[in-house]
Amino acid sequence: MSQAFLMNAVNATYFLAAFLFIMGLKRMSSPVTAQGGIVTAGWGMLIATVATFAHPEILKAANLPLVYGLMVAGIAVGGGIAWVSGKRVAMTDMPQMIAIYNGMGGGAAAAIAAIELLKVAAILPGTPAGTSPHDHGAFVNALAVAGALIGAVSFSGSAIAYAKLQGIMDKVYSLPGHHFISFGLLAASVILGIYIVMEPAGSTGLVIAFFVCALLFGVLMTLPIGGADMPVIISLYNAFTGLAVGFEGFVLNNSAMIVAGIVVGSAGTLLTQLMAKAMNRPIAKLLTPPTGTGGPAQKVEGTQKPIEAGDVAALMAYAQKVVIIPGYGMAVAQAQHKVWELTKVLKDRGVEVKFAIHPVAGRMPGHMNVLLAEAGVPYDIIFDIEEINEEFATTDVAFVIGANDVVNPAARTDQSSPIYGMPILNADYAKHVIVNKRGKGAGFSGIENLLFYQDNTRMYYGGGQEAVAKLVQELKALGD
Amino acid sequence: MIDFNPLYVFLLAAFTGYEVIARVPVILHTPLMSGSNFVHGIVLVGAMVALGKATTGLELAIGFFAVALAAMNAVGGYVVTERMLGMFKKSKPAEGAK
Repeated sequence: MSQAFLMNAVNATYFLAAFLFIMGLKRMSSPVTAQGGIVTAGWGMLIATVATFAHPEILKAANLPLVYGLMVAGIAVGGGIAWVSGKRVAMTDMPQMIAIYNGMGGGAAAAIAAIELLKVAAILPGTPAGTSPHDHGAFVNALAVAGALIGAVSFSGSAIAYAKLQGIMDKVYSLPGHHFISFGLLAASVILGIYIVMEPAGSTGLVIAFFVCALLFGVLMTLPIGGADMPVIISLYNAFTGLAVGFEGFVLNNSAMIVAGIVVGSAGTLLTQLMAKAMNRPIAKLLTPPTGTGGPAQKVEGTQKPIEAGDVAALMAYAQKVVIIPGYGMAVAQAQHKVWELTKVLKDRGVEVKFAIHPVAGRMPGHMNVLLAEAGVPYDIIFDIEEINEEFATTDVAFVIGANDVVNPAARTDQSSPIYGMPILNADYAKHVIVNKRGKGAGFSGIENLLFYQDNTRMYYGGGQEAVAKLVQELKALGD
Repeated sequence: MIDFNPLYVFLLAAFTGYEVIARVPVILHTPLMSGSNFVHGIVLVGAMVALGKATTGLELAIGFFAVALAAMNAVGGYVVTERMLGMFKKSKPAEGAK
């Protein structure tokens, strides 16, 4: 077969893959078709990967058997590890898993750039421009450098994000003058990058220094970011990797990479904005030095009034509408299966049950939906903040389980509160509010919750799973 | 002369990405992020080509590294997205196919 024919055939599969990727993403943006969407995109990936074994650039390799061997080994090792870990990971740990897979993609893009740049750097100084087969010109080199920088930051940054969410690393680290050091590293990588583009020949040492600076910058950029902001940064790195892949696609003249990378780069940017907005955490705020928040602790009036399981069960049993507000605490306590059981018991009694999800209810927007879906809760009784907030006024019982800040009315009224301005679920408008919590005291964020002290609020203390199980028992004992 | 065609591809792809997910509901943010994470796993084909072009020992090592990382991105992204989306169910049977 002629080389031109092969190249055309490979490019045709890339075209098909690009089409399938876009179709797949489109289908993934609606719950009805989402499941088929990932399969669609998966076919695109499979076809493109298989076809690439016949890519003329690879067939040209002098040591073809070795190259094929390394390729198959790399796919087997990387794919195998990812397959096993992906099948095993608990749904609660999903955000960090996405982060680490994403970082790998960024690392791969940076590694591609490294090979290209090392080849360019190996050209002897003084060689006339355009005479070496590795010299693609300044424009392509600039894209390679840009993709390398973005990809390397995504790689090391995602690794730190993973370590933090996995609990391997303490929450927040920062060095003295942290932001100056970060900025210095970024500036150094940009200057080195520009130098490599201007004077590529003989710059091997600079290429290595460039990668070191870029990788360190990714680490330092991520270290000071706290757990609550992690989803936004993971999403941002996802967009970064997309862009890096797109840029390296230009370098390798590979249309599938260009289209897929840029589509993900722009979709990821939009998704990052949507998440940041949903969580009330502006992206710009993440990347600038933190301003000292806090101020004096608020004074709260009133007391927390406890309630027993039997009374909670009675309230719910004779309610018309119950809205359940789950938070990450519920998932940590593994109570979601029990909550679904409670829902079914209530539904059998004719009580209308709905779930209200705040965007930060899980570790990232949509995460709580995944956790509830895992427990078997159908997605059409789950509502997000805009859909359900009007309904609290006509709700008999709002049941808050493992959630805290997202139902704190201080966000509406108290300007000194760190969460002031964040959209909250209006649980306090319900006739009765039941809060399930392990014990007294401020939660994860350390902010006092005004809701807990309201006249219509009762505190139902106890570990999530056990507490809900008790409710189910009491409800069943109530009979008809 | 600069070839402008890639720039047009860039422009159109950027708008496509934006439009395709512009109306995604919050419940799908996490799976969709994971799904788009899978799609940039296409870096695997680039890693394979880069490995094919590698000649020195260092380049071969970096190429192998790139292929392994990219394969993790693609396979891992697929597995977790598929697992998450497989859980989304409706409570009643759909009322007529749409």
